[in-house]
Amino acid sequence: MHELAITQALIGLVKEHAEKVGAKKVERINVVVGELSGFVGQSVEFYFDQMSAGTIMEDAKLSFKTIPMAGRCRDCSKEFDIKEMDWTCPSCKGSSIELVRGNELFVESIEVD
Amino acid sequence: MEIKVLKDILSANDQIAQENRQLLDSNGVFTVNVMSSPGAGKTSLILETIRRLKGAVQIGVIEGDISSSIDAETIGKEGVPVIQINTGGECHLDASMTYRALSNLPLQDIELLFIENVGNLICTAEFAIGAHKNLVISSTPEGFDKPLKYPLMFTVADIVLINKIDLLPHVNFDTDAYKKTVKNLNESVEIFEVSCTTGQGIDRWLSWLQNQLRNR
Repeated sequence: MHELAITQALIGLVKEHAEKVGAKKVERINVVVGELSGFVGQSVEFYFDQMSAGTIMEDAKLSFKTIPMAGRCRDCSKEFDIKEMDWTCPSCKGSSIELVRGNELFVESIEVD
Repeated sequence: MEIKVLKDILSANDQIAQENRQLLDSNGVFTVNVMSSPGAGKTSLILETIRRLKGAVQIGVIEGDISSSIDAETIGKEGVPVIQINTGGECHLDASMTYRALSNLPLQDIELLFIENVGNLICTAEFAIGAHKNLVISSTPEGFDKPLKYPLMFTVADIVLINKIDLLPHVNFDTDAYKKTVKNLNESVEIFEVSCTTGQGIDRWLSWLQNQLRNR
């Protein structure tokens, strides 16, 4: 359900930036999403199609770039991708891991006309 | 034409959360965002805390639920100021809902504010509301694997309570494994074991709270 709130926030942000440059139409929205952010792209697309109707971003293409989760081992400092929620250091098998990537959720850019 | 935006989608929410924090700080209100799955004991913990600190600390409560005012009515019976937020379907509180509730509370008379979030281990972790501390409650019947299934929640927590420890003999909950998983996700988090039914461990939680209030 929180995809509705995220879509509203997304539309507000895009509108603000598109209006700032006097754009007539938004063609593409490039979103960066961390794997841990609990963001369901399909669900956002579903809401976006309905909520963008009649606005300057109607029919804009939503593009999602996914950032895999990555951690840093607090014991040996090794940085590695966290796959299938396995928070174990592949190098020293330590399990004290700091998240360094994966909870992003931002608009990288928009393409406008 | 491509325009760089590089802005968090939830930045508007974060901005309002910061304003909430300033409002709370200017009134000297220490605020705890209480999060857990449904039924883990958020309301029970708040009630127990109100009863134990009555007369010593001025407490206020914001109750967040999708619908109903059952929790606000229960809390209201304790004679503390309480505001119910019905999110109308949204599965979390956000900063502007919280702001509206704060505007309706006598903040100058409150030292400690609990904001009981909607029961949900997922998106409540993503929407900042301006609280000083994030409290996450896990209860023993939920099983000890939840931190691995909902890691984001445990990475944003400042304090974790394991509730319903009186049920440990009857449920499959490996306390050591649970604590280890949480600490691995979040090294600085504090973890206490409590039972709102028997009162076990509540003193430790209260002394943590009073320590926070002294240092606010």
